[in-house]
Amino acid sequence: MKKEKKITQIILCTFFALLCALVIFPFLLLVSASLSNPAQLLESGYKVIPNPVDFSAYAYVLKNPTQILNAYGVTFAFSVISMVFGVLLMAMIAYPLSRRGLRGRNVINFYLYFTMLFSGGLVPTYIIVASVLHLNNTLWVYILPGLISPWYVFMMRTFFAGIPEAIVESAKIDGASEYTIFFRIIIPLSKPVLATVALFVFLSKWNDWNTALIYITDSKLYSLQYLLQKIVEDINILKENATAAQMSDLAKVPTETVRMAMAVVAAGPALIVFPFFQKYFVKGLTVGSVKG
Amino acid sequence: MKKHDKKHKLTLSDIQLYSLCAIPIILVFVFCYMPMAGIIIAFKNYKFNLGMFGSPWVGFDNFKFFVQSDVFLQLIRNTLLNNFLFIVLSVFSSVVLAVLLFEVTSRNATKTFQTILITPHFLSWVVVAYIVNAILNVNYGYLNQLLGVFGMDAIDWYNKPMAWPAILSVTFVWKNIGMDSVVYYAALMGIDSALHEAAEVDGANKFERAIYITIPSLVPLITILTILKIGNIFRADFGLFYTVTQDGASGNLYSTTNVIDTYIFRSFKDNASGNSYGLTAAVGLLQSVVGMILVIATNAVSKKIDNDLGLF
Repeated sequence: MKKEKKITQIILCTFFALLCALVIFPFLLLVSASLSNPAQLLESGYKVIPNPVDFSAYAYVLKNPTQILNAYGVTFAFSVISMVFGVLLMAMIAYPLSRRGLRGRNVINFYLYFTMLFSGGLVPTYIIVASVLHLNNTLWVYILPGLISPWYVFMMRTFFAGIPEAIVESAKIDGASEYTIFFRIIIPLSKPVLATVALFVFLSKWNDWNTALIYITDSKLYSLQYLLQKIVEDINILKENATAAQMSDLAKVPTETVRMAMAVVAAGPALIVFPFFQKYFVKGLTVGSVKG
Repeated sequence: MKKHDKKHKLTLSDIQLYSLCAIPIILVFVFCYMPMAGIIIAFKNYKFNLGMFGSPWVGFDNFKFFVQSDVFLQLIRNTLLNNFLFIVLSVFSSVVLAVLLFEVTSRNATKTFQTILITPHFLSWVVVAYIVNAILNVNYGYLNQLLGVFGMDAIDWYNKPMAWPAILSVTFVWKNIGMDSVVYYAALMGIDSALHEAAEVDGANKFERAIYITIPSLVPLITILTILKIGNIFRADFGLFYTVTQDGASGNLYSTTNVIDTYIFRSFKDNASGNSYGLTAAVGLLQSVVGMILVIATNAVSKKIDNDLGLF
């Protein structure tokens, strides 16, 4: 019986190890592609194990960093700002909503919930953000429009509601204001959910490419992912209507391997950050999925 | 809930709580509710120089134009069929994965596997598009290299619309399977372990326990999550359909990959002058309204099944 169990475990773990390898494999293919030798690439295409391993694409990226470095800076700035203020502001509305006695709580709940059901759509939103508020081609357009996400607010609300009311009551008796309770008691007790939301906000901002697609034309404000997307689009446009004059432009765009190297450089930080949040992750994620 | 006195006065504590909500409420108003007012242009012939309020009313003309256009059926079909494929495949694979993962006894191993399986979720669609391109590219792609090994000719995948529902499904499942299975895994953690122990004492093997205990206990959750996904079936994942297909490979793949969301974006982008804003807004409004009705309806259904499991 014992032995049988052990065998099942070994089979299961082997299966998952293979599955994990399969899931990681496409990313490794991207890395391999970025390490290919450009000359050999033309002859024989990408190889799973590039031979010889060629770092020239990375050397090129590091030597010509202005555009990438700039996009990195922009992306890092709006990701961190969104994460800090997003988590703080969402917690600020989630806490009152977690308090059962508060009047109008259901109205505010619905006010948030309705935005998940119905939205103005691309064009009306564009008109408001660009023509009315003039946020296009500013850093703010990355930060402000999606700062309050009802989904995360409800996740936090459920978590806060699980904190024993007695703690809040006793603090009140001791003369603490709601602000003190929120900042000194609720926030420190809610690390798992706050860390989970922080991770989600940071990564979704880091991976944000469609905001720039719609609102940004100033290349100094391109986000990292949009820079990658833009390169592909430019190449496709050039390929389609390549006249002799434009063919010389094609020589100026990054080569195949350089683009792959850029993609690796752009994806890297997200993959490095994620495991550090892992310990909070499953707990924070599942706690919020129960309705409150 | 506590009964409220009609003369209930605002306490200092209430005011403090409301004040905490103030900034988030304003932000939601500006960026979610103000655009909702902007949907009036769906009923107008929008002219950039006349603006949102000055443009002339046209009633339902924009809607009529869209519904009668050739592209309408294509968009509905592609959106529904692709999403249907995604739902079936992702629900099936994530449930199987969660059930198997639950059988792994070592907690450290479970955590490691889970972390690795979730990782693709944190790649942007743009990076995913690069990966897909490295695999499918007609000149250098890995897949065509592999076909070459077997003596087959390279295939220009970006010119083969019929292959794309499958390609997109694989990509979608690969990116989301880890994340989707987390919810099911957590539900399995919640099953009373006494059930499993009792069955074990009665001589049920692992397989029987999976069939008679684990899977039945997941059925309500599977039903609810599937229903909620059906509620969103008119909303396509823009990143997937736009970047991974290389913008529908500039038209070659539209017949299977043009969905409502990509159509809205393209008609928005192609008309920088704003002359088709009315039409584009109408398509968006139609999608939003149908989506909302579906979500409300499916939610009502899921509540009928299990009152605790509705979304609202």
